Amino acid sequence: MERRPFEGVNILDFTWTGTGPFSLNPLAFYGATIIKVESRERPDALRSLGPFKDGIAAPEQSYYFAYCQMGKRYNITLNMSHPRGKELARRLVAWADIVADSYATGTLEKWGLDYDSLKKIKPDIIMLRSCMHGHTGPLAGHHGQGFILTALSGVDALLSWPDRAPAGAFGALTDFIAPQFNTICLIAALDYRRRTGKGQYIDQSQHEAAMQLITPLILDYTVNQRDYTSNCNRLDYAAPHGIYRCRGDDRWCAVAVFTDEEWESFCKVIGNPALASDPKYSTLLSRKQHEDELDTIVEAWTATRSPEDVMGLMQASGVAAGVVADARDQAGDPQLAHYNFFEEREHPVIGKIPFYHGPCFRLSETPYEIGRATMIGEHNEFVYTELLGIPDEEWASLMAEGVI
Amino acid sequence: MEANAEGMLSPYRVLDLTNERGFLSGRLLGDLGADVIKIERPEGDPGRRLGPFYHDTPVPEKSLYWMGFNTNKRGITLDIQTADGREIFKKLCRTADIVIESFDPGYLDKLGLGYATLSEVNPGIVMASITGFGQSGPYRDYKAPDIVLWALSGLGYVTGDPDRPPISPGYPISYFFSAIQAVIGTLIALYGRSTTGRGQYVDAVTLLGLAWATGPEVQGLWPTNNQIVKRTGRIWPRPQVGAGGEVNYINVPLIYPCQDGAVKFFPFVEPGMLPSTNGLTQWVVQEGMASETLKNVDWSTWNWQTVTQSTVDEIVQSFSRFFMQHNKAELWEGAQNKGIQLYPVFTPKDMLAFPQLSIRQYWQEVEHPELGTSVVYPGAFTRLAEGSCKIRCRAPLIGEHNEDIYVGELGLSKEELARLKQAGVI
Repeated sequence: MERRPFEGVNILDFTWTGTGPFSLNPLAFYGATIIKVESRERPDALRSLGPFKDGIAAPEQSYYFAYCQMGKRYNITLNMSHPRGKELARRLVAWADIVADSYATGTLEKWGLDYDSLKKIKPDIIMLRSCMHGHTGPLAGHHGQGFILTALSGVDALLSWPDRAPAGAFGALTDFIAPQFNTICLIAALDYRRRTGKGQYIDQSQHEAAMQLITPLILDYTVNQRDYTSNCNRLDYAAPHGIYRCRGDDRWCAVAVFTDEEWESFCKVIGNPALASDPKYSTLLSRKQHEDELDTIVEAWTATRSPEDVMGLMQASGVAAGVVADARDQAGDPQLAHYNFFEEREHPVIGKIPFYHGPCFRLSETPYEIGRATMIGEHNEFVYTELLGIPDEEWASLMAEGVI
Repeated sequence: MEANAEGMLSPYRVLDLTNERGFLSGRLLGDLGADVIKIERPEGDPGRRLGPFYHDTPVPEKSLYWMGFNTNKRGITLDIQTADGREIFKKLCRTADIVIESFDPGYLDKLGLGYATLSEVNPGIVMASITGFGQSGPYRDYKAPDIVLWALSGLGYVTGDPDRPPISPGYPISYFFSAIQAVIGTLIALYGRSTTGRGQYVDAVTLLGLAWATGPEVQGLWPTNNQIVKRTGRIWPRPQVGAGGEVNYINVPLIYPCQDGAVKFFPFVEPGMLPSTNGLTQWVVQEGMASETLKNVDWSTWNWQTVTQSTVDEIVQSFSRFFMQHNKAELWEGAQNKGIQLYPVFTPKDMLAFPQLSIRQYWQEVEHPELGTSVVYPGAFTRLAEGSCKIRCRAPLIGEHNEDIYVGELGLSKEELARLKQAGVI
């Protein structure tokens, strides 16, 4: 097996919740060693967020926590309010190439683990700090939450009918956007350090990162003073373009027609080739003009068919269509299966976790490896005695004093 | 264009063959200092047809979509469908580290410019392809616009109001989930190259990126509990578990309409959040818009497990009335002063007015000499101590750097350049 690129890269992981671990997982998939630091007083907040195995709210039974911890980690406990805890943390920093946290400003400062302190321990350290508003400015100390960030970053505004308040994102969608920017920075920083010997400090405002996606809408405002209003399923340069009711209970299929050629194919598929040349619909502009009526025609056809049939028939004729997949559809999706999207991992408490994933890309030469969610303090003995080489008596006293 | 020496990725050159599905990839690499060369067709990239447009003038040089996602790139024209164009492209590959493309699967292979060929030209090259469904599998050749991927990923089914069809974003965002992932894969491959000396191929799959983002609530409950999560729009249902384990839901809004848009608020009752919930309650009472139920509520003893829907509705009605009497700015300012966790649903206008972003100097004014003005952009996607992440130059005009690259670097004569131009190759 080919050596994975990040073998030998050590990461000290003070992150919690979603964005932090998602930032680090891809490095673990490709060989990095991660030590996740928790404490019994302050476990990862996601351990108390459901859904839970068997509906029981216990720290080792959260599917949410498990989902965010797919990259392999060691898990240790460390009481940072104990003076010896701070000393141990400094020894872990000396071991690390990367130190990451996802608290608002204040927590790592309190622990004596700000960037300047880390540099004194290890001059070429790479530090990632990711929080909602970034680590400068008046809101640096404000704690974030996924549902706030979808509002501030414009994602909720995108998910709205024009005539009512936004439905908004399902869950913390920006928790899946912001971390991708961090992963990029971390790998670039490793490469930079390899070439120059210099470390790096990365101060991510998750808000600033997530807004990058809507740059053209921001420019529309700064240039044209036009503020954004969503028309959700419709698109200026396509018609029909929407999500249409299909046969069955709450079943839907997306259909999108961009070109005149696709329009002709669409009309053939619905058994009405004459419609293609009807002047009401024969050009994109005319289709846009009569879009409400057009949608009625589309839905009259889709409503008597299953979404799978609509997708299959349309795609076979070169028209874009896709089942609006629920969780069961996803589990049976042949394309996801082809990429081995759902992988099963065994967890000591949860048992089988059937919804684990590797990276969202595939490399032609380098394999990836998925881990599993760790339990609080699971690797204390290995990390402290073997990795850090702490002698047995000291190890015993650390436990006795409640440092670990 | 300023020197790239200060960026983390400054030694690397990127050939960017993407259309709008992958513009962001090259831009992120450029933001970190890579030398990114955007290669367009001689008549201009099709992505230049996408709006919005500068002063609403729909011409290729004024697409704000193009301008927004092609900063920090140099631009050349090249028709790789011609034999001459392909030879020139291969020459460019000799000095490149990365090629990124977002054509339909197999397109470059058919042109003889697939990874197998390019890695012969330059074994160190890393090539990333951005597609909807990936380079293989049963859906490989399916048409894959954003809405179709959003639907199949699972995000569509859980997004939207229950009384209407599921919704997809009014501004397409699906491909960002593979464009950024392509950069992650590319940088991993590049880092690996430093020990192996060989590049590799990155297959970035939008469906995988979006399906991952559907998350544990959706994907966890079906295989373990046969439960299918449905869309609830701006309502956040709170589960109540009965004595026999049966689950009943209390419907509570997470988003409320206000005078000029919407705000997000939830009455959390965890100890750390009580001041926020009490703060809004007092504010509503002070303004005389609280129902008797809200006036008398004691949030410190509130229990979501036992509360009734009608009690919740009476409180929600008071909140709703109150929000409709105010605009986003008033609500945000009051919330800040009173320690209330309330956030407006931002549109670009609100973002530009948000002090935190100005104080962090997020907004960057970029010169556009061809327009005789400068334009305010979202700036760095992150803050770095070593090396920069910022906009160093605006997006290129069509063929703006043809002479720099073809004459200055490839060593073509100006006459050859003119001939290639006439032949429609560049």
